[in-house]
Amino acid sequence: MKPRLAVWKFSSCDGCQLTLLDCEDELLDIAEAVEIAYFLEATRTTRAGPYDVSLVEGSISTADEMERIQQIRRDSRILITIGACATAGGIQALRNSRDHDALRASVYPSPQFIEALATSTPIADHVTVDFELRGCPIDKGQLLEAITALLKGRKPAIPDYSQCTECKLAGTACVMVTKGIPCLGPVTQGGCGNLCPQVGRGCYGCFGPKENANTGALVAEMAALGADRRTIRDLFGGFTASAPAFAAERERHDG
Amino acid sequence: MDRAAAEPVDRSIVIPAESLDTLIGALRDGGYQVWGAQERDGALGLAPLAAAADLPRGRVEAAEAGTVRLTDGPRPAYFDHTLPMQGLKRMVYPARERLYAAGQAMSLEEDPVEAPPIAVLGVRPCDLAALDTLTAVFESGPFVDDRFRQRRAALFLVAVNCMRPAATCFCASMNTGPRAEGGFDLVLDEVMEGDRHVFVVASGSARGRAVLDALAGEEAGQADREAARAGSQACAEAQRRHMPDGVAALLKQSYDDPHWANVAERCLSCANCTLVCPTCFCSTVEDRSSLDGAEAERWRRWDSCFGLDFSYLHGGAVRTETASRYRQWMTHKLSHWHDQFGMSGCVGCGRCIGWCPVGIDITAEAQALAASEQAA
Ligand code: SF4
Ligand code: SF4
Ligand code: SF4
Ligand code: SF4
Ligand code: SF4
Repeated sequence: MKPRLAVWKFSSCDGCQLTLLDCEDELLDIAEAVEIAYFLEATRTTRAGPYDVSLVEGSISTADEMERIQQIRRDSRILITIGACATAGGIQALRNSRDHDALRASVYPSPQFIEALATSTPIADHVTVDFELRGCPIDKGQLLEAITALLKGRKPAIPDYSQCTECKLAGTACVMVTKGIPCLGPVTQGGCGNLCPQVGRGCYGCFGPKENANTGALVAEMAALGADRRTIRDLFGGFTASAPAFAAERERHDG
Repeated sequence: MDRAAAEPVDRSIVIPAESLDTLIGALRDGGYQVWGAQERDGALGLAPLAAAADLPRGRVEAAEAGTVRLTDGPRPAYFDHTLPMQGLKRMVYPARERLYAAGQAMSLEEDPVEAPPIAVLGVRPCDLAALDTLTAVFESGPFVDDRFRQRRAALFLVAVNCMRPAATCFCASMNTGPRAEGGFDLVLDEVMEGDRHVFVVASGSARGRAVLDALAGEEAGQADREAARAGSQACAEAQRRHMPDGVAALLKQSYDDPHWANVAERCLSCANCTLVCPTCFCSTVEDRSSLDGAEAERWRRWDSCFGLDFSYLHGGAVRTETASRYRQWMTHKLSHWHDQFGMSGCVGCGRCIGWCPVGIDITAEAQALAASEQAA
């Protein structure tokens, strides 16, 4: 019997699921290797659990989602979170440090119909996660590697190194050192394929903090290069704003 | 390896600066692609040269700890700039390469090495020393890295002696520059005096001599040879950074020094220093397989002692804190390397200083450690 794959959506934009559909060349191989048991973005046919691998996109931002993720965890042998929303709470987690009622009223004309939690949180805050794929969106190569490796029972070759490592592997000229452009690369986990520095812009941290992120030292250098408090706050207030290392730096520069 | 012992310069001639293209042509006639430093996206990198005009003529680095900016220099010299961001290492030891592929028939195919003959024009003395260092790492002892060996053997080295250091250079205190004493096929000195702009070209190997003999040029006179030596001397004296004496022994005593915690407050553990260092040789191996499991591949890619996974042993990583990672890097470069390979792992190129995003300076840290040990 083929292993059964399910793809789930929580609070998110669908971009990470699209990465799976974007695996055009490999899609037939995937369909060959696994039974796609639940993937609403691709097919309306759904099959009940249990599942061998569940890919979970999105953050927990409603009471209903809090319950749904528990059932999915019970139904899944391996649970992989995909993307900045699922792994860090996403851009919607910017609300976490604000007055929720006031925010809701400022956005929606009839806020009483909006049933949302005051916070948007990563999946790992609610259930055990077996593996996480970072990024906004995730990288296609990493997704294929994670699925392949976990189905074969080997460790995925997905490094936790810095974005700087990607720059130097690719031979990209450092934008901080050559141009004084603030860059989150030294505190951000690599994996995107060096997208931003390669085109001459600073990394904006969509893969989230790397292990051992020394944000304080990086901020001191950014300030020395002329970045003001607001620029620094906004840099740390992106798609992974709520990841603890980045949230702390953003709050330190707020106001 | 005793670098000074080898000075096989057997002939030196003088050619006008415009004849650099003739030299490039002669190298091509000898069957080599010609590579040199080129400016791209605000930094220098090694790339194939169509003509001498591709070189960053007249450009210099305004380098300091944490900054490397290319600007116009005072004169139209071809080689007043110093070093590409990454040196010859990329050419002999690629950042990523597939080693093996295995198929269903249980066959294991080693990937062939592509090593076309390449002449590199403008290799600086520190980078020659770095190539010697890598050669000692990969080719001495019972295990020879044949992929490295083949690529290394395919290089023809046209060195250039430095006339102007970048502010990050400290080769003089590491005895690796700014004048090359061997390890090259040809070596150039760029001499500019008034309207006169020439290269003194000397050979350092039989194949270098063959290329030299194909060039039309006068034998180099005493005056030009002296001007060249004086230029190197001035370059050594202009260096502001230096490594303190006895650093190898100092690091052996500094394991518990409180200064490591001080560096760790500033260090990002981003790995840039190791990945621009021309002698850092660490790599890791990754296995990949196809979705159906029918094919598998083994890849090698550069790794760094600044990563967490680097020190992963059974049960977890050993160096979880930045202080222990920085200590590993500096102690390996400047101390344990002597025990391992009989030489320093640092050639004084200064890349790790300029390309560190927060400007951590290995010479300043060595001095701070010396002061800290003295106080203790
Ligand atoms: S551009 Fe950014 S990510 Fe790349 S090396 Fe520089 S600081 Fe690191
Ligand atoms: S010394 Fe500089 S380049 Fe090296 S890891 Fe630390 S911050 Fe990065
Ligand atoms: S440690 Fe720094 S100065 Fe020494 S060889 Fe490496 S990059 Fe150059
Ligand atoms: S300093 Fe670190 S990366 Fe460089 S060779 Fe030594 S252990 Fe490897
Ligand atoms: S370190 Fe010395 S040999 Fe290397 S580029 Fe600078 S001056 Fe030249």
